[in-house]
Amino acid sequence: MSVARPTRTRKDPAHPKAGKKAATTKSAQRKANTGPPTGRTGPEHRTDLLEAMLRIRRFEERCVELYSAAKIRGFVHLYIGEEAVAIGVNEALTPEDAVVSTYREHGHALARGITAEAVMAEMYGRTTGCSGGRGGSMHLFDASRRFYGGNAIVAGGLPLAAGLALADRIRERANVTCCFFGDGAFAEGEFHETANLAALWKLPLLLVCENNLYAMGTALERHEAQTDLAMRAASYGMVAWAVDGMDGEAVEQAARRAVEGIRAGTGPHFLELRTYRFRAHSMYDPDRYRQKGEIEQWKSRDPISLLMDRMREDGELDDKELARIEQRVTDEIDHAVEAAEQAPEEPVGHLLRHVTSSSAEAVS
Amino acid sequence: MGADTTQHSKTTYREAMREALREALRSDDRVFLMGEDVGRYGGCFGVSLGLLEEFGPERVRDTPLSESAFVGAGIGAALAGLRPIVEIMTVNFSLLALDQILNNAATLLHMSGGQLPVPLVIRMTTGAGRQLGAQHSHSLEGWYAHIPGIRVLTPATLEDARHMLAAALADPDPVLIFEHGSLYNFSGELLPPSEPVNLDHAAIRRPGTDISLVTYGGSLPKALAAADELAAEGISAEVIDLRTLRPLDDAAITASVARTHRAVVVDEAWRTGSFAAEVSARITEESFYDLDAPVERVCSAEVPMPYARQLEEAALPQTADIVAATHRAVD
Repeated sequence: MSVARPTRTRKDPAHPKAGKKAATTKSAQRKANTGPPTGRTGPEHRTDLLEAMLRIRRFEERCVELYSAAKIRGFVHLYIGEEAVAIGVNEALTPEDAVVSTYREHGHALARGITAEAVMAEMYGRTTGCSGGRGGSMHLFDASRRFYGGNAIVAGGLPLAAGLALADRIRERANVTCCFFGDGAFAEGEFHETANLAALWKLPLLLVCENNLYAMGTALERHEAQTDLAMRAASYGMVAWAVDGMDGEAVEQAARRAVEGIRAGTGPHFLELRTYRFRAHSMYDPDRYRQKGEIEQWKSRDPISLLMDRMREDGELDDKELARIEQRVTDEIDHAVEAAEQAPEEPVGHLLRHVTSSSAEAVS
Repeated sequence: MGADTTQHSKTTYREAMREALREALRSDDRVFLMGEDVGRYGGCFGVSLGLLEEFGPERVRDTPLSESAFVGAGIGAALAGLRPIVEIMTVNFSLLALDQILNNAATLLHMSGGQLPVPLVIRMTTGAGRQLGAQHSHSLEGWYAHIPGIRVLTPATLEDARHMLAAALADPDPVLIFEHGSLYNFSGELLPPSEPVNLDHAAIRRPGTDISLVTYGGSLPKALAAADELAAEGISAEVIDLRTLRPLDDAAITASVARTHRAVVVDEAWRTGSFAAEVSARITEESFYDLDAPVERVCSAEVPMPYARQLEEAALPQTADIVAATHRAVD
């Protein structure tokens, strides 16, 4: 068991919260990613990472417009600022692995390969949506990609993820189940019940805490007595690291190492990814609980800009290439919106479908 | 049937349940049992005694006292192709897993547009009568029957204890089985099944012509005893065992009331918002013109279940209460 700390801790001047409540454990000085990188590397891979992050960013920017135009409704929780987490973690997973997500899951869904078209149609509540219009923004599913939601109860997906992992273990399949959740989940019993169960049974479970420092509108310091989340996870007897969640490449490396460990049979691993959502909790949220300065500081470490700067420095990205990527992403989202606009609505006569496996189709 | 060669040995409700679990574990390697003390302890009520030795710790799996985590794990395992049977000690404890049962098990199929059925069976005890106090004695199965997306079973006979489980495991959706704690020691002759158990239908446990006693689970023996007493007075009571609270077999109730024109609903839950209220409302909706008297209800007193024997007995529906309710309807 080890508690390694982020590649950028809060003592790091580059960290927007530098100096404020710095991590105090000795292990805070240690780095998560020692040893050579594993998996794909190089300019092409970076380009893929960039494009994947841009897809999420542009998709959600379009969601804002569509929400304002009342084309899509419900609670819409944007992921803008956290794209490096979804993309980096997904790089470490295979199609046979399972993913369990939260209500802030557009990024996870797109990273998992659910098309922008299927996700957008779901936001529109159309038949062609990835949940047939019954889920909406908070309940995206795709069984064929082993994407199990889309869970809108904080920490509610964690026990379910343990069960998916348990089934793989019982069946002796080499799969990993990856469960995303936020820092708010630490206050829920279900996190602790699941951490205990998973460590006790050595389940192939990757616990990914997206620590964006706020549980809805309540800051980490105001909802957790002990804010060192990786240390708390490690107390259950699992490997736990804290990682800079704004650095997609660092996220990917940490996730790859964790997944390798899990596949080697060492039980659940925990990653605390320190990130930040640039926008409010949901489209309804007036965001009165955060200082503008804090948001601006974090925006200076925008995961997309960070990667682009790195690529430019290394001569791997120029304006032409960026324009081509942007165009591809824009075309894809334009197409998704157009398709959603034209997609059929589920007939009201289908209201009672899928309540049970034999549900009638007629309205009662 | 060759009566000369068939030996019908006596068995208990507990043994019938255990045999059902054994058969499930033997016949399908996707099935495993998971819950609090199901392994080394042998089950809190002795139901799974011996199964750990027979099937090993992977398939008879002791869990921490973490209702939400192990029920949720059952859901996830069901999604991934297994057939978990999850045991929760009592319905009171199941409230700690209510989020998983309601927000995940009952909901995932619909929320996913039909992609994610949850073939999960959850067993738990329910009911009072053993002086276990308020936190081990309540009858909340009616709350679960409120929820679309799950099936709610209440086996009251040896045959149902023995055979409902296989049918529950064959259901692609979540099934909750409520075993009344006072039934475990019930003993009798277990007849071999003539056909697979049908979970969609109520059963007439005793035919009658003057009144319908509609009940389920732990109240069935009391209703049958009441019917005996009433028969001695010349009142012919029909006893309906609902067996499945969701989906409810309306047709069986309607048909019975059409014959008897009177009904008493017996339910060990509190009267307010009880399942008896639902049954009574349906009789009013569907059989109003068949009724010769208002529908009577016999439920528990509106009190957290007391420990003291005489208080617990006074709180629970008793045979005498069912007889008295029948008199109110018939006289």
